[in-house]
Amino acid sequence: MMNKIIKGVMSTAIAGMAAMMMTGCGVAKNSSNGTHQDSKVIKLGVNMELSGAVAGYGNAEKQGIQLAADEINKNGGIDVNGHKKKVKLIIRDNKSSLATSSSVAAQLTTKDKVAAVVGPATTNMGTAEIPNITKAAVPFVSPSATDPKFTLQKNGQVHKYVFRACFQNNFQGKSAAKFVTNKLKAKRVAIYADNSSDYGTGLAKAFKDVYQGKVVDSQTYAAGDKDFNAVLTSFKAKKLDAIYIPGYYTEVGLIVKQARQMGIKIPIVGGDGLADPKFAQIAGSQNATNVYYTTPFSRQVAAKNKRATEFMKAFKDRYNEEAPTFSALAYDAVYMVKAAIESEKSDDSTKIRAGLAKIKDFDGITGRITINKTHDPEKPIAVEKMTNGKISNAFSVE
Amino acid sequence: MQTILQQIINALSLGSIYALLALGYSMVYGIIKLINFAHGDIYMLGAFFAYFAINAWHFNFLLALLSAMVISAISGVVIEYLAYRPLRKSPRIAVLITAIGVSFLLENGMSYFVGSNARSFPQVIEQVNYEFAGVQISNIQLLILATALTLMVLLQMIIKKTKMGRAMRAVSVDPEAAELVGVNVNHTISFTFALGSALAGAAGVLIGMYYNQIDPLMGMTPGIKAFVAAVLGGIGSVPGAALGGFLIGTLETFFQSIGLSAYKDAVVYLTLIVILLFLPAGIFGKNTKEKV
Repeated sequence: MMNKIIKGVMSTAIAGMAAMMMTGCGVAKNSSNGTHQDSKVIKLGVNMELSGAVAGYGNAEKQGIQLAADEINKNGGIDVNGHKKKVKLIIRDNKSSLATSSSVAAQLTTKDKVAAVVGPATTNMGTAEIPNITKAAVPFVSPSATDPKFTLQKNGQVHKYVFRACFQNNFQGKSAAKFVTNKLKAKRVAIYADNSSDYGTGLAKAFKDVYQGKVVDSQTYAAGDKDFNAVLTSFKAKKLDAIYIPGYYTEVGLIVKQARQMGIKIPIVGGDGLADPKFAQIAGSQNATNVYYTTPFSRQVAAKNKRATEFMKAFKDRYNEEAPTFSALAYDAVYMVKAAIESEKSDDSTKIRAGLAKIKDFDGITGRITINKTHDPEKPIAVEKMTNGKISNAFSVE
Repeated sequence: MQTILQQIINALSLGSIYALLALGYSMVYGIIKLINFAHGDIYMLGAFFAYFAINAWHFNFLLALLSAMVISAISGVVIEYLAYRPLRKSPRIAVLITAIGVSFLLENGMSYFVGSNARSFPQVIEQVNYEFAGVQISNIQLLILATALTLMVLLQMIIKKTKMGRAMRAVSVDPEAAELVGVNVNHTISFTFALGSALAGAAGVLIGMYYNQIDPLMGMTPGIKAFVAAVLGGIGSVPGAALGGFLIGTLETFFQSIGLSAYKDAVVYLTLIVILLFLPAGIFGKNTKEKV
């Protein structure tokens, strides 16, 4: 009996792997000099997590991308060497799956012949896209892939066609550590990291490198976990000043809820994975108190910036909700492509690549962006404080 | 000491959910020798039905629980009728693969219809914490434990005392012989699916209440862990499934409390391997020879 089961599971697994490899191997064969647009429109590909585990980010980014594209078209389009062309979005869902992300990248570049791609949202899906996009010589901007090595090849060289609109994890984790040391004056912290993503482990490592106090306990969880009571109970027994939880809102929301319900009142600090309105919904607004997170886009900081204010208003008018960080980053990613086209006076994909690499003092709504040698944007970081599910304060960290 | 007691309470709450799920695996396996991989997804269906019932019709907890159990029971029966019954005479591997297919269909179908985002489950019962000698227990944890125990006792009574229960036991021993003495095998199997699925639905609602979060893929991991619990207790045995559930819950909690949180899933699957190697029939299972 058991033999039969094992054989059955094995054969399904092998069939599944074969199917995945087949879709994964849809690599562009005609290694080309990039894509060229016709005279009317500029096709912009969107490879996004619209369903699956991290669809929350993908859908938020899609909203930002659509808003940006419609705005550009309403104002006449993108200026290509004195000739205005409209943007046409081609949106495809990668289902939060590595294999699908790779085949979506192949479709967008070889079949749809897009000028550039925006997305995916996460580091893992973005990494899966790199081989196909590089072969087709089409650049992409990920709004939110934060892993430090994301833009780098194994030998340390920069991936030619990979860009991002957000800062990388090392920077975020280090900023969190500085904030915990300087502003919260916490001497003893525990770390509870998501070890199923590069995001969680990367932030935890960067935090440990910089933090001055004592890391009393360091535990991990995996995406999809729902019960955190056991670890939180053992945290409660130790004298802590703060807990650092690098992870995504789905689980961190539950962790915060369970922690507050068992009477853990100390500050909880996270990364930009918490910068989504769903975080407070999951945690329960009364529990989302004394929570801090590092974020590239703070509405409070943005309120002082004219373009960001306009973006927030346009977003609220259209979608009837406050703009999440991920929408803001995705919005910036589209405008970065526009800036690259206009500065190079061409919408050929290889030219766009050159333009993206040269972006300097780009006035984005998430801050003033300069693309550095590793294709990372240099821009300021903010920490937001949440009280009763609402953002009650914002700090900027150098 | 307080921390240890607190961890025991955590373990019991988690364990009772696994136990409720494991009962369904065990009963279905006991009667038609099928590992129903779609079981974890019925648990998801129950949670989602309660979510909609509470939001749309403002059901209270008890009503939501009972209606979700009814809906889950019906879906279990329908799945059995459409997917497993036509394969009754086929090799067992065919049914097993079908079960995996049904599981994928439910997960992805639900993602398609309601979206794959996690939703926050409406809190129909305000959480209250009670403290005894520094140990904290919430009314929801008590409710989970009480509901799980009540359902298990009810189930045991149905199996031991009712006519249908006797039929179930008869079919599990020998379906052909049971049919010869006048047991309607198809009805009995449907009834078993209904019972097991109702328990899964109840577990889904309790999880929704406890964690305040549901999503279409919520059944995957608990489903597999409950399967391990059923094997550990002795697949086919009802008390074994209950015990297995509590043991798996305790094991997971224990590993997290001693600081090995990264290995909490690994240890559950390791248990499965160890059990299959050294005690393939499980704790309560009868070790019967199988004709090959």
